[in-house]
Amino acid sequence: MKWEVVMGLEVHAELSTNSKIFCGCSTEFGAEPNRAVCPVCSGMPGTLPKLNRAVVEYAVRLGMALDCEINSCSEFDRKNYFYPDLPKAYQVSQLYAPICRNGYIDIDTKRICIREIHMEEDAGKLIHSATGETKMDFNRCGVPLLEIVTQPDFRTADEVIAYLEKLREILLYLDICDCKMQEGSMRVDVNLSVSHAGAELGTRTEMKNLNSFKAIKRAIEYESARQISVLEKGGFIVQETRRWDDEQGESYGMRSKENAQDYRYFPEPDLPPIVIDDEWLRQVRDSLPELAHQKRERYIRDYGLSEGDAAILTSHSNISQLLEKIVQFSCSPRETANLITGSLMRLMNATNKLPEDLNINAEKVAVLVQKVSNGEINRNVCNDVLEAVFTHDVEPQAYIDEKGLAMVNDENVVVEAVITVLAENASAVSDYSAGKEKAFGFLMGQVMRKLGGTGNPDVVKGVLRSRL
Amino acid sequence: MTNKYSALELAEKIKGGEMSVLDAAEMYVPLAKENKHNAFLAVADISARVEDVQKRIDSGETLSPLAGVPIAVKDNISTVGIETSCSSKMLKGYTPVYNATVIDRLEQAGMIVIGKLNMDEFAMGGSSETGNAGAVKNPWDITRVAGGSSGGSAAAVAGGEIPLALGSDTGGSIRQPCAFCGVTGIKPTYGAVSRYGLIAYASSLDQIGIIGRDIEDCAALFEIISGYDEKDSTSAPFEFTCTNETKTPLKIGIPRNYFETGIDEDVKQSVLAAAREFEAAGAIIEDFTMPLTEYMVPAYYIIACAEASSNLSRYDGLKFGYRCENADSLAEVYRMSRSEGFGLEVKRRIMLGSFVLSSGYYDAYYKKALQTRALIKKAYNTLFKRYDMILSPVAPTAAYKIGENIDEPMKMYMGDIYTVSVNLAGLPAVALPCGFNTEGLPLGFQLIGDSFSENKLINAAMLYQNRGC
Repeated sequence: MKWEVVMGLEVHAELSTNSKIFCGCSTEFGAEPNRAVCPVCSGMPGTLPKLNRAVVEYAVRLGMALDCEINSCSEFDRKNYFYPDLPKAYQVSQLYAPICRNGYIDIDTKRICIREIHMEEDAGKLIHSATGETKMDFNRCGVPLLEIVTQPDFRTADEVIAYLEKLREILLYLDICDCKMQEGSMRVDVNLSVSHAGAELGTRTEMKNLNSFKAIKRAIEYESARQISVLEKGGFIVQETRRWDDEQGESYGMRSKENAQDYRYFPEPDLPPIVIDDEWLRQVRDSLPELAHQKRERYIRDYGLSEGDAAILTSHSNISQLLEKIVQFSCSPRETANLITGSLMRLMNATNKLPEDLNINAEKVAVLVQKVSNGEINRNVCNDVLEAVFTHDVEPQAYIDEKGLAMVNDENVVVEAVITVLAENASAVSDYSAGKEKAFGFLMGQVMRKLGGTGNPDVVKGVLRSRL
Repeated sequence: MTNKYSALELAEKIKGGEMSVLDAAEMYVPLAKENKHNAFLAVADISARVEDVQKRIDSGETLSPLAGVPIAVKDNISTVGIETSCSSKMLKGYTPVYNATVIDRLEQAGMIVIGKLNMDEFAMGGSSETGNAGAVKNPWDITRVAGGSSGGSAAAVAGGEIPLALGSDTGGSIRQPCAFCGVTGIKPTYGAVSRYGLIAYASSLDQIGIIGRDIEDCAALFEIISGYDEKDSTSAPFEFTCTNETKTPLKIGIPRNYFETGIDEDVKQSVLAAAREFEAAGAIIEDFTMPLTEYMVPAYYIIACAEASSNLSRYDGLKFGYRCENADSLAEVYRMSRSEGFGLEVKRRIMLGSFVLSSGYYDAYYKKALQTRALIKKAYNTLFKRYDMILSPVAPTAAYKIGENIDEPMKMYMGDIYTVSVNLAGLPAVALPCGFNTEGLPLGFQLIGDSFSENKLINAAMLYQNRGC
């Protein structure tokens, strides 16, 4: 009998609001320990939470983008447990009445149902020193999180990754989370069980500490194989939380259900229910940005781009923003799209630059696109200048002037170069005469080299043909 | 006793230049230091503050009708620079870095906070015996309790050691010590006074309130401390000004069944006598049967303890307060610090609260208690369609002997029968003295009103207090 793997995901997205969920402290990442804290987020006796409205708006934005039902009266609950990174010894979260329910994300192969989205506060961080001391950093305490919980709709690691890519794209487009997995601003827990197809679901485990999509894929493969092997040996699965160790390539149990905490959830008495009226909903709806799939349709319709290019260009909001900024300088969308999907992406790959870190000057790229369109430089030169802009942020015009890269359209100059090249490459000329078309390409290259790469390819081609 | 002037009279004298702010403070600071009734836990250094307020009064600034008047506050209200321990070993040495909103308001009003007042540990108790500083003594008989949990506040006012005090009331903690000590108090509507800085016992029931010599002083202080505070999401947009309200005839309901069993005869007679006073003053008195009475105490203890078990979790031995030094692991730090840092009654309530919230019991206890609470609220709503207010006893007995009931938690809990439903419904009440029993101990009653009807209650209290004047 074949085993079927069943998975559900819990994604924690750290919101990019300026201040924390229940106080005015900054949410900036990387501040000195315990600098972004106040009596409220450090859990001083007698303090009370005050809900940041922006967190509610972000949650509603995501809920709308995922076609969720928005709860017009949601509530906070306390999740009680002791741990040194949790100064109040309870986390304010939503269990009984979360803000969003019943949404979905379509991936290529199927629909993934979202069970709920709820708001909660993050915990702090423990810093373990080499001398065995543990210190507490409360900066992250109270940073707002949205937890996005799916139904157990996944069967393969590829489906999980496809879903996460879509979700990340949406979070980035909504501009509510920067989705940096390494910094922990997007955290994924995978719930996984195996069973025979059609049978009742097996006992599940929950995997944590998955810091990249690659790690998620590996962890899923490892855990499915582990569970199947346990079951095939006649064993049983322990319901537990497992920590993935990416270096070792394996996971190990952290706590099993017998030791599981009873969180003693109950309604948070310090916060009244969050009432969202129609007017507030309308305002959030009006402020929703264009989402990736809407953008893709517009690029195909208005810019005349291919489906493939449109998909690449909307894969990250930084990329689509670059495209749209360049087009605003009255550049041809297709020329711009070619440049981004071709040369720019090659440069990014070669330098391991991620889209979220892309910060190339759009105006300078626009100058290049215009110069290609106007015949002021050829494509090769354009690529060279793009690289200089990408790596050193040079001024395109000054760079072109300095290096003498303006396109040579003057036929006399080209003729001179062709004559010299033909004289120097007699054997290639005779190959061409003997019908070897490849020799033409070689001679083209030699002429361009003579011209320092700046020749107008059409002019060079014409002159060369006529002289041969 | 020694409260020669009311707080308002004192303020008048200070305003008129007859007495300086320092003179007023010096009337009370030595008494606080002497601490005859063990009401004070800490006496503040107020010299700079006194000077500042005097300067502002001299420059003609109008601060408030209580400017310059000394006040003391219950030790669960956060005060910058003054230890705030909730009478617990757990918080011994904890000095807040921020002021409770009410403290800021007292300071803006030009009042002088001279010290912190003893209480039951974390406000859990009805006798002010459970704190680590020992029992508060009742000024009328020092072998007896002052009531609780705001026993220090009531005893200090009754003993003339302070003209006015702040307390807090979660299940009767202002009203019952008022009755035991023969002083006046206001338990405001939930949300009328900011809880920001009040160290939580049970968040959905806690409310800061006032204990004073008479209702006029209490009303003047209520004007100062009440009102919306953006730091407390449960605070209400409520602006209180005390005005003359002479609605006639006042319709007062008396819960007949409160007087049937479990109440001392002298308490019963004095409360009913108070009702007759209102009748003589033109009020219509009508009795009714209060529903749900057998569920009030259980519902209160389930909800209060559930919230307390969560609110008190932060005292874990790691961040501040007491830490057991002999622990070998994190789990031991938690277990031993909490076992040693909390007193018996606090631990009892934490365990009860943890139990009713645990999975498998939540529906049977906590959820049921919430449903009961909703029914109690509904019952009061119905009653306030018929009555302007309800007149009831505060406690079934007068003050008992120190140590008499300390090992009988159930008896103590049942002593809250007349007060807890007011907190469950979030309603305001005033507690007033109504004479003495044959042993010379003070007795009291309460007037319970609809939400935010403090003005009506205060007017009725004035009518009663100043009868025959």
